Amino acid sequence: MSAVTFDHVSRHFGAVKAVDGVNLDIAEGEFFAMLGPSGSGKTTCLRLIAGFERPTAGNIRIFGDPVQNLPPYKRNVNTVFQDYALFPHLNVIDNVAYGLMIAGQGKRQRHAAAEEALELVRLSGYGTRKPSELSGGQRQRVALARALVNKPRVLLLDEPLGALDLRLREQMQEELKSLQRQLRITFVFVTHDQGEALSMADRVAVFDHGQIIQTGTPEDIYFRPEVPFVADFVGSSNVLPEALVARLTGESRPASIRPERLKLAAEGALRARVTGLSFLGLATRVSLEAGDTRLTCLLPQDAARPAEGEEVALVWEPGDLHMMKAGA
Amino acid sequence: MSMARTGSLPPREHGAGIGTWISDVLWRHPAVLIVLLLLPPALWLGIIYLGSLFALLVQSFFSIDHFTGLIRYEFTLDTYAQLFRPSNFDIILRTVTMAICVSLASAAISFPIAYFAARYARGAWRAVFYLGIMMPLWSSYLVKIYAWKLILAKEGILTWALQGLHLEWLLDAFLALPVIGGNSLSVSTTGTFIVFVYVWLPFMVLPIQAALERVPTSMLEASGDLGARPGQTFRHVLLPLALPGVIAGSIFTFSLTLGDYIIPQIIGTSRLFIGQAVYQHQGIAGNIPLAAAFAVVPILIMGVYLWIAKRMGAFDAL
Amino acid sequence: MHSDRAPLSLKIAAAAGLLFMHVPILLIFAYAFTTEEKSFAWPPPGLTLKWFEVTWNRPDVWAALQLSLKVAAISTGMALVLGAFCAAAVSRSRFFGRETISLMVILPIALPGVVTGIALRSAFSIADVPFSTWTIVLGHATFCVVVVYNNAVARFRRTSGSLIEASMDLGANSFQTLRHVIMPNIATALLVGGMLAFALSFDEVIVTTFTAGQQQTLPIWMLEELVRPRERPVTNVVAMVVVLVTLLPILGAYYLTRGTDQVAGQGK
Repeated sequence: MSAVTFDHVSRHFGAVKAVDGVNLDIAEGEFFAMLGPSGSGKTTCLRLIAGFERPTAGNIRIFGDPVQNLPPYKRNVNTVFQDYALFPHLNVIDNVAYGLMIAGQGKRQRHAAAEEALELVRLSGYGTRKPSELSGGQRQRVALARALVNKPRVLLLDEPLGALDLRLREQMQEELKSLQRQLRITFVFVTHDQGEALSMADRVAVFDHGQIIQTGTPEDIYFRPEVPFVADFVGSSNVLPEALVARLTGESRPASIRPERLKLAAEGALRARVTGLSFLGLATRVSLEAGDTRLTCLLPQDAARPAEGEEVALVWEPGDLHMMKAGA
Repeated sequence: MSMARTGSLPPREHGAGIGTWISDVLWRHPAVLIVLLLLPPALWLGIIYLGSLFALLVQSFFSIDHFTGLIRYEFTLDTYAQLFRPSNFDIILRTVTMAICVSLASAAISFPIAYFAARYARGAWRAVFYLGIMMPLWSSYLVKIYAWKLILAKEGILTWALQGLHLEWLLDAFLALPVIGGNSLSVSTTGTFIVFVYVWLPFMVLPIQAALERVPTSMLEASGDLGARPGQTFRHVLLPLALPGVIAGSIFTFSLTLGDYIIPQIIGTSRLFIGQAVYQHQGIAGNIPLAAAFAVVPILIMGVYLWIAKRMGAFDAL
Repeated sequence: MHSDRAPLSLKIAAAAGLLFMHVPILLIFAYAFTTEEKSFAWPPPGLTLKWFEVTWNRPDVWAALQLSLKVAAISTGMALVLGAFCAAAVSRSRFFGRETISLMVILPIALPGVVTGIALRSAFSIADVPFSTWTIVLGHATFCVVVVYNNAVARFRRTSGSLIEASMDLGANSFQTLRHVIMPNIATALLVGGMLAFALSFDEVIVTTFTAGQQQTLPIWMLEELVRPRERPVTNVVAMVVVLVTLLPILGAYYLTRGTDQVAGQGK
């Protein structure tokens, strides 16, 4: 069953096309990531699902029901906001129980449910504190609990980990993933961090300028980018221009190959000159120039390192060179 | 937590009341909310206030018929021409001169207060200075005037203090001076001046303090690092940066002095100020056009003043 | 901030300035107790409490006080509604007239009071509206709006817009959001604005002389006494009471906003 469907959805702000003809199909129980640079339209799409924006064109369906005319407070969808949006005048337990209070539940019942939710995010016992007394990570968990306690069918997360430091971010990534598996709720989250998208999501949609460029599993996106933009945005990648690819394979299309799949050899079809070396600990990054094309190669720790200025040949497994769309 | 349910999504249970219906409409048409919010204040301020201001402005282009004493509703610049008669022009000149003097004196007295409060007051002293400026700012205007009437009275505390110091001859000599002297301080232009300064002082302190607080310490330290003595740092760095605050404060002192009619009446001579002229002409005399013309003068002056102040950056200090 | 100590001359100048601002008012307190009846003689020949009783028995003082309180209450109420509406509209969204609205709200307090006064008066006479409590209220409410507006706008600006979205996301419609989220967050700002507006209205005389007709608010009463004194000691007592009464809202507003970066009262 499809949890969220976008059918040619557009959202224009005057002349600006924030979302331009987007088609989306998020399956039930999926952990879905919307990835892209700032201004690419991913957050607007999230807000369209939540109901904070209305589409200028197209249909949006949540579990089959059209929701264009349904205000946010009538949708069975909840959001975890980027700035958490905790109500400063309420303590933690009242924040979490807010949705239940609005729905008319009695105090004892909703406080019990709120306590359960806090336990789920591992914040039991923090009920009486005020949001101002909490750290960033704790506030995020409260925001999560506040959304989950209402048992939404879809949970939306807007750049949830952006404000956290690296340590906390990695920890939260794991927690969110296990939470989603445990609850089996559809998670849709927005991020500009490709590492996050790759590690957490079941499927990723890459956005640019209001459109979805490619949708697929993390492996699809990483190893088989369809256009140079995706190759560039998701991990570092080498993009070989059409002319070069035509000379090597005969097809006039751009191609991409990941730096760690490029190997140095004495003889090979592609010759390049080493322009720089960087020691990264785990690997050594070698910068190369093949004519006008700049390439990067990641050498493992134990591989022989070339000298700067040396002429080398580059080889790869045939399956590692991924052909992209012509004329992209 | 429960497992995810299968099946179609039911809309949330919602009290289907009028509140929800209105919310739905507002969600669909967000502009409606803005219009509703702005309609009452816009009607009020737009129609009542701006309307009456316009009515006033229009009146200044009419004139009074000398024989009947009634207003002649035809466009003329005669009323404005009357402003240039010596007796009327005197009033304008007097008021503007007073406004300038009051602004200068206020700035001089306020600066040490603001400077100390901004740069040296810490902890409890901050609260002391804060309340010490806020309370006079908000305390009753009339009471302040009244207090000076008590002080400046012939039998009041000032005379008593001067007598105690055997300096009353100084006061008498001062009162004998033309223009600024008088029978007693409380009916002299000097008295008017003192009270103006006193009443508007808090309005001058706050912007100066705000401007001084915005000067980062690192800037002063850099000045010292480049070889300037404290006096030079004050003159070349601090003072120019405080100037917008002084100008912002002077907007208040200038504007308030231009329009005031109560202080000159209670503590002043029979020589009129603009505010009094406005009051008198629209009173028994019923010469609304002339009163309106007089009222337009401070508006014009303040318009020019504000334009100059904006150019000098005073608006950022407000 | 500077770590060196202030020069002595600065300290003296600052202290002198501060004293200059406060001593005259304190003097009034002293005069309220004097036995001297006819003049402002200093030092007071004797001290007494009898003027308090005399003032208590003056019906015109009570009438003026009542009118002032009534006008202040109504004007504050209207200013709260209009100011809150304006602040909400201006801070919630960008629309083309924003700057104009801000200017329009500030105008009544930016222009000299005498201009506002005579403008309102001529408007009333053109519209043939007789002077009454309502004409006084109209004048007061017009510039009390800006006091409420300043406080409310500052608070709205600090309130994250996502709070309203969060509330709706959790199932609350506009009215529930207003009640449970918006109001609690701007309550203090409105309270402070209201208190300051009350103080402003209670003390107002410059515009009120034009809009009051035959009625007397307390400041108008005092103005009369200043120009044509009846019983000077009674005026002294009333002056002292007025100082104390207007002190309370200011202190209250200060305590409510202390510790926030928007401390009350700077919007005058």
